[in-house]
Amino acid sequence: MMGFQPVILATDALIYLLLCLALGFAWYARRHDHLLAPWRRVGRSRTAMGALVVIAFYVLIGLLDTVHFRLATGQTESGETRYSTEVHSLFDLLAAPLRENSEKTYSAPFATHLYTKETIELPDGRQVRDYPRLAFGGRHLQDPHADRGMDILQRTLLGLGLGLLSFLLLMLLLFRLRVRRMQAWWHAEDQGPRRVAALVLLVMLLFTGMAVSLSSGYHILGTDKVGEDVFYQALKSIRTGLVIGTLTTLVMLPAAILLGIMAGYFRGWVDDVIQYLYTTLSSVPGVLLIAAAVLMLQIYMNNNQEEFNSLTERADMRLLFLCLILGVTSWTGLCRLLRGEALKLRQLEYVQAAQAFGVSHFTVLLRHVLPNVMHIVLIVVVLDFSGLVLAEAVLSYINIGVDPNTNSWGNMINSARLELAREPVVWWSLLAAFVFMFTLVLAANLFSDVVRDAFDPRLRERA
Amino acid sequence: MMAYIVRRTLYAIPILIGVNLFTFMLFFVVNSPDDMARMHLGNKRVSDEAILQWKHERGYDKPLVINAEAEGLGVITDTIFFEKSLKLFVFDFGQSDSGRNIGHDISQRMWPSLAIAIPVMLVGLAVNISFSLMLAFFRGTYLDFWGVVLCVAMMSISGLFYIIGGQVLLGKLLNLAPISGYDTGLHAWKFLVLPVLIGVVSSIGSGSRWYRTLFLEEINKDFVRTARAKGLAENWVLFRHVLRNALIPILTGVVVVLPTLFMGSLLLESFFGVPGLGSYTIDAIQRQDFAIVRAMVFLGAVLYILGLLLTDISYTIADPRVRLE
Repeated sequence: MMGFQPVILATDALIYLLLCLALGFAWYARRHDHLLAPWRRVGRSRTAMGALVVIAFYVLIGLLDTVHFRLATGQTESGETRYSTEVHSLFDLLAAPLRENSEKTYSAPFATHLYTKETIELPDGRQVRDYPRLAFGGRHLQDPHADRGMDILQRTLLGLGLGLLSFLLLMLLLFRLRVRRMQAWWHAEDQGPRRVAALVLLVMLLFTGMAVSLSSGYHILGTDKVGEDVFYQALKSIRTGLVIGTLTTLVMLPAAILLGIMAGYFRGWVDDVIQYLYTTLSSVPGVLLIAAAVLMLQIYMNNNQEEFNSLTERADMRLLFLCLILGVTSWTGLCRLLRGEALKLRQLEYVQAAQAFGVSHFTVLLRHVLPNVMHIVLIVVVLDFSGLVLAEAVLSYINIGVDPNTNSWGNMINSARLELAREPVVWWSLLAAFVFMFTLVLAANLFSDVVRDAFDPRLRERA
Repeated sequence: MMAYIVRRTLYAIPILIGVNLFTFMLFFVVNSPDDMARMHLGNKRVSDEAILQWKHERGYDKPLVINAEAEGLGVITDTIFFEKSLKLFVFDFGQSDSGRNIGHDISQRMWPSLAIAIPVMLVGLAVNISFSLMLAFFRGTYLDFWGVVLCVAMMSISGLFYIIGGQVLLGKLLNLAPISGYDTGLHAWKFLVLPVLIGVVSSIGSGSRWYRTLFLEEINKDFVRTARAKGLAENWVLFRHVLRNALIPILTGVVVVLPTLFMGSLLLESFFGVPGLGSYTIDAIQRQDFAIVRAMVFLGAVLYILGLLLTDISYTIADPRVRLE
């Protein structure tokens, strides 16, 4: 039994907090029908359910990648367990073959030979310049040129079978192992959204099966400059994308909600001060504000290197800081919306009645105003998500995004961009980042549209 | 009208002071000039003389806010705050950390930025309005449905991929346009075709979808129904009644970004090697030239506020129902 020591990075803690909040809300909403009603509307949409399944896959990988720990490497003489300096996650353990089987440098997807020529020593002592075989990709093949096609086909079929099997097992478990019940459900009326969800689940599982089966013998998306598996990088980037998309709004929410409803509710000088604050902040161009803040952070980190225990911790702090600064630039929009809504709410009878009864301002805000602006908060949170995931890529390109050591789609694009001039083109890193980002952002866009319509059909799309 | 403009302009002053104080805090208080010098000079073992020398060359060796040693007005004027922050108000940007005159650079680099930004905006406007008007005309049909799907899909692609894809496809594989570079005067056009095209294409997704909702909102209004009831042809209704009314939010949306066009597009310019303000900013960020970043932050805020002011004015011109108090 290998020992381990749990490690909770700053972003991990916030993700756990977010998870608790979500679960807590779900538990609370179960018993309050008016909170469930809009979600039922979301549940009746085919697009939303299909998109939700895709998002669930991403979230699952992101969560697996959030549980961090150090593995035990042995024991010291005094009997204490020694732990590795490297921080791993559950996902790293699952994807260990991907992580460990690296090559020397670039290799194309499904390649058996390296991208660049090297001097190889033949068994008889002669030296030739040729493309050497890969250390991992297609290692099991005797004659790569002849056998590769057949081998890939076999593995693909095996993977598809694996995916189908796991899908059937999952569905049977869902219907408590009764095939007949499953058939009845499938043929029942008005199952559209669930059928779409099931189909998307099947497709995702088929892809997963193929990916698992194929990547046991090949680098299915090639390797990058230092020979790391691109597929692994793309998967690791999921967590970064999700963290930026969710934690940014989480850290900005308290300020935006508090200031927004206070400005609208109290009016007068409170309103003036808060309006001044957010107009000033929003008039600074977002990219430049982020750039300035990240430059300052770099200086700070350069001069205080001793404060960070490890590279992982340092990269994590930078990720969290990026979320914070993105939050600073994006809370003003929500604050303005909430102020407008609170202005309307304070005129309503029930708020005035509460005031007439002598209820304190704090209680009125908490009991009567806050619950009635939460739908706006939710809509903005969901709508902002995809924009933030896209912003990460752009910021990393300008070098003011996440730490260069952190896996992220932006960093993948950034490093691959410089290699486009090569002949033949090194395209696989770009393709991987594109596919993974596009799928997530598309799913999030489709889902957020439905959520917006379900929660507030009147709220116009924000410019 | 005049009184309103004057009042709005006066209202902009406290905001600019706020931006100014904010950037000052960010650049000089969070990290001292010593930290900046150490960062620039590279390593940890920098001699104190080198730091002093670096600060002196760039005028960072003065006290932050109050200079107790100076005489008369110098108590306030001979400080970093006055020299580096307050002078921004008269657009005196001073020198960059590498010793160039920022004001001169900006006036030079503004034109290539505009040469890309203006065509992107105009062509983008024409393309997006036509496309979304078509979707509105065929509303509720398969064409509309797939058009919206296309828009959502295009929205989900990062701007980086449009640029990289366009460069590889049109520039490298088809050899239709040079991949990057710039030329003086009118010869610049062949370097502008590709970035403008890519800028327009990448705006179609979100732009067309947004305009389509604007059109659909107008299309269900009473006066449009009346126009149809009078027996007007659908395309006549669309152009005369729907388009003209929906143009108000579209035009004001354009006016608000007009001043910021000067700032240029960060991504397009840096990918295509266009010597505009966007690539200037990116270069400054990557070289960690704080003087330029500070100047651009202030300039950006000024232009943004100008945009808001112009929007309010253009509302009254475009929509007679709006009256400014």
